Amino acid sequence: MCATCGCGESDVRLTTVDPADEHDQSHSHGHGHDHSHGHAHGHGHEHDADEQLRTHTLDLEVAVLAKNDRLAATNRAWFEAHGVTALNLMSSPGAGKTTLLERTITSSSRAVSVIEGDQETLFDAERIRAAGARAVQVNTGAGCHLDAAMVARAMADLRPADGSIVVVENVGNLVCPAMFDLGEQRKVVVISVTEGDDKPLKYPHMFAAADLVVVNKTDLLPYVDFDPERLTRDARRLNPDVRVIAVSAKTGENLDEWLTWLS
Amino acid sequence: MHELALAESVVSAVLERTGGQHVSVVRLRVGRMAGVVPDALTFCFELAAAGTPLAGAALEIEDEAGRAHCRTCGSDFAMADQFLLCDCGSADVELLSGRELTVASVEVA
Repeated sequence: MCATCGCGESDVRLTTVDPADEHDQSHSHGHGHDHSHGHAHGHGHEHDADEQLRTHTLDLEVAVLAKNDRLAATNRAWFEAHGVTALNLMSSPGAGKTTLLERTITSSSRAVSVIEGDQETLFDAERIRAAGARAVQVNTGAGCHLDAAMVARAMADLRPADGSIVVVENVGNLVCPAMFDLGEQRKVVVISVTEGDDKPLKYPHMFAAADLVVVNKTDLLPYVDFDPERLTRDARRLNPDVRVIAVSAKTGENLDEWLTWLS
Repeated sequence: MHELALAESVVSAVLERTGGQHVSVVRLRVGRMAGVVPDALTFCFELAAAGTPLAGAALEIEDEAGRAHCRTCGSDFAMADQFLLCDCGSADVELLSGRELTVASVEVA
């Protein structure tokens, strides 16, 4: 964990898995973030009243996330220059992001590669490789979201083909990932019917930020109290233009609508 | 708990401009629609500032109200919650303010 704040950034590990490889190209990258771990300054004078008088106000007017946003802009420019469609795929854990990606990899007319975000394990990257696509697994340690710097580092290993699709599967979490621009062109939120139709109102920031909401696991609709109309209505109260597509990644129901949106 | 990462970003953004100068106060403007819990940010700021020239600095958070403009009836109104809905019933609403997350100023010695 990061010694400064406990954010887990220094635990971030990248692993590339490729369908053509027998073995993982496991390697750890160094800490790519500037945490500005300052050293202790020995102030050789007393903090007295004189010093209080000598303080002055410095107007900064700088966005807190300016650094992340600069890196995200660099990522976005790279994607655009190479004709790459980049998606930021977000959901709570277990909503079916990886299953949706497995289906997408086998059905999409364009090549797909994936940046997988999880706190630990290579499980999801292995699933992506088994489905036939290249993936870079970013393990965030204690971190609860991906940021633009992590995506930039992962992209250096992923090396996606021009004109292909890159999906960033964010850490499963309906809260924190909404705040961090990765440089993607579109944000997609996946919500499964087993989670309940009240999620837009409970996690408004995530749904307010989305370009598309994918309602997954529609094959389970007969068994749960989930009203797709309520979900759509509430999502649009937060985000009037948001598109909603209901699918079952497991059975393949209505996947064509998702694939059409994607292409 | 993205407030940990945000607190680090605050420290980093300030250090970029103040260098090694001792900072005693950091003033933020945080929009009510920004998805930030001020108490959590304050708690994390103390941790993120430790060992830097911002160590022990007070964090002052100014609340920025959410305001929106209705494209249907033309009125501007205060946002009471996250819902982009005008009293006239229209959802064709543009958020004018409330998502801000800015370091406004600092006190340096």
